[in-house]
Amino acid sequence: MEFYGDHMPPVQQKNGYFGNWGGAFIPEVLHQTFCELRAVYAAARQDPDFWHEYKTIMATYSCRPTPLTHAANLSALFAGARIFIKREDLNHTGAHKANNVMGQGLLVKRMGKKRVIAETGAGQHGVATATMAAKFGLACTIYMGEKDVARQRPNVFWMEKLGATVVPVTTGSRSLKDAINEAFRDWVSNVDTTHYVLGTACGPHPFPEMVAWFQSIIGQEARAQILTQFGRLPSRVYACVGGGSNAMGIFQGFMEDDVELVGVEAGGHGLASGRHAARLASQDASPGVAQGYKTMFLQNSDGQMQDTHSVAAGLDYVGVSPILTDLWEKGRVRFESATDAEVLEALDLTMKKEGIIPALESAHAFVQAFKEAPGMSTDEALIINMSGRGDKDIFTIAHAFNDPSWKQFIIDKGAAYAAGK
Amino acid sequence: MPLGNNLRQAMVQKNILLMTHIVLGYPSFAVNRQVIAAMVKNGVDLIEMQIPFSEPMADGPVIVKANQDALAAGATVADCLDFAAEMTKKHAIPFLFMTYYNIIFKYGEDAFFKKAKELGIQGFIVPDLPPEEGENFYRLAKEYDIAAILIYAPTTTETRMAKLAATGTGFIYCVARLGVTGQATKFDQPVEDYLARCRKATNLPLAVGFGISSKGDVDYLRGKADIAVVGTATIKLVDSEGVQAVGPFIAGLRG
Ligand SMILES: Cc1ncc(COP(=O)(O)O)c(C=O)c1O
Repeated sequence: MEFYGDHMPPVQQKNGYFGNWGGAFIPEVLHQTFCELRAVYAAARQDPDFWHEYKTIMATYSCRPTPLTHAANLSALFAGARIFIKREDLNHTGAHKANNVMGQGLLVKRMGKKRVIAETGAGQHGVATATMAAKFGLACTIYMGEKDVARQRPNVFWMEKLGATVVPVTTGSRSLKDAINEAFRDWVSNVDTTHYVLGTACGPHPFPEMVAWFQSIIGQEARAQILTQFGRLPSRVYACVGGGSNAMGIFQGFMEDDVELVGVEAGGHGLASGRHAARLASQDASPGVAQGYKTMFLQNSDGQMQDTHSVAAGLDYVGVSPILTDLWEKGRVRFESATDAEVLEALDLTMKKEGIIPALESAHAFVQAFKEAPGMSTDEALIINMSGRGDKDIFTIAHAFNDPSWKQFIIDKGAAYAAGK
Repeated sequence: MPLGNNLRQAMVQKNILLMTHIVLGYPSFAVNRQVIAAMVKNGVDLIEMQIPFSEPMADGPVIVKANQDALAAGATVADCLDFAAEMTKKHAIPFLFMTYYNIIFKYGEDAFFKKAKELGIQGFIVPDLPPEEGENFYRLAKEYDIAAILIYAPTTTETRMAKLAATGTGFIYCVARLGVTGQATKFDQPVEDYLARCRKATNLPLAVGFGISSKGDVDYLRGKADIAVVGTATIKLVDSEGVQAVGPFIAGLRG
């Protein structure tokens, strides 16, 4: 298909299975809605006008194509591979999430639905969905775990200011997976009017494939950019993996190439601690079916999902894209993990050396790239997908750095508010 | 005797059957035991026992909380199976398992059917396993002669109803409205039209659930459906008034 550029079109499967993984384990109430969604999606994929409209809106509303930045200082520091950073942080709302929500927004317009709902972990996807809803004139409700509402208050503030209703989810572990359950519960009650804008390449078919399709714009650009700026393909591409959408986005640009693809999961307090969210990089996950799809889940032997941990709310999730699980099983993508402590170190270094502020999620990919760059030769290149920017997560990052003057500022501000000033 | 025949026989005597729902391990197996005894004593015709799951996507707040509390209190799948063995031995009415697919998937489909047969379980309700994903499961159901109860929703088309009727056995569970368990249903003309569509689509008995909580609801369903399903209402009742309230409540539903 010519309109995708000069390489293979993004992944697509007729029955919604990638190898052994995926499927659509949905309640009967949703059957009709999924039929409709699949039909609209299938038509859009065949339609060059749709992709053109999508690219245009991403260029005029979200700064696409995002640049590929040569990190000259970090490259010199590690004295190995030349390091390039794909700047998804420069999207509108500060993360790759914009790609997915604008794509689904265009589909919602085609379906004629008037309301969207979404889950959010870090709040990034919630904010992105709220902007899309505002732009397209849709009613919008965002489900967010109570725990995440507490740790991401600034994003809640923006969602509400953008006109969305934010519903704190108090069930289960009160984080991302519970917000997904709650969004499904809303959807079964309001199927006629509502589309569920799932935020990552997970969930029942067609979501994993559809979200990966919208995100493939990252890889298409990155491949063309590295050929222009470096003259050759990179040896390795790194991306953090929560649900897997930014990783699938950049990986699809290099799927057919002799390029090693590396997914980096949340190592939390370390794999041995059991307090992490590494599905594929640890030995702790097993095959399961939940939230409408089959993948490797962090669960106990009865099939009950376990609590996960990460400093990065966007990676703090029990499952992973079925497409990535398939690529992992086939050996096409290598999986690693980065601990919370390593993430803060990499974040600090990137800020000091390049003046770039990655999101905590994205910093996971930087950790692994920094570990491997010194061992690579100076005529090789690597790309890090910087899925989002960290400066808008100032509360979380300042807290993670345990910054004393920031804390004092909050204390003073709190005291002033308490005194009614 | 296969579940469908069983039910038809019971239906000759009563013009509407009563199915109740309990979440195993909530608030405890000891309370489950008392609640079930009270239900059976007051004429409940069949009982759906939910094996708790951490992600009960199709359930509403009351049942979600019951699932979580049961798990937090330490209920395991093995405990649920042991308890089921005790119930099927003690009470003569049919018992079904309701659970989400992951519980069965992790246990192993074959092993689960074998175990359920051994326990005398007569049917399964698995709300997140449509026929498309459950080929092996629905084949095993026929092989083991355990009813695989499928679900109709108001959004289900006629073609889809026919397909579900061909895969399902025992009875069809008609969800009375869009949404999750536990909210009230307004029983009005659209519900009546929907139930008429269900009736036309299958010869299997029809169970109607989601929001049934009073004698009025049950009376309304007489002649339109074969089984009234009471779920959230009894869970709430036990929460607020204790086990002793179950008997009179159940007796009053058809009384
Ligand atoms: C900046 C950023 N990166 C990565 C992720 C993880 O999601 P995914 O793996 O789908 O890219 C999130 C999720 O919220 C995010 O906000």
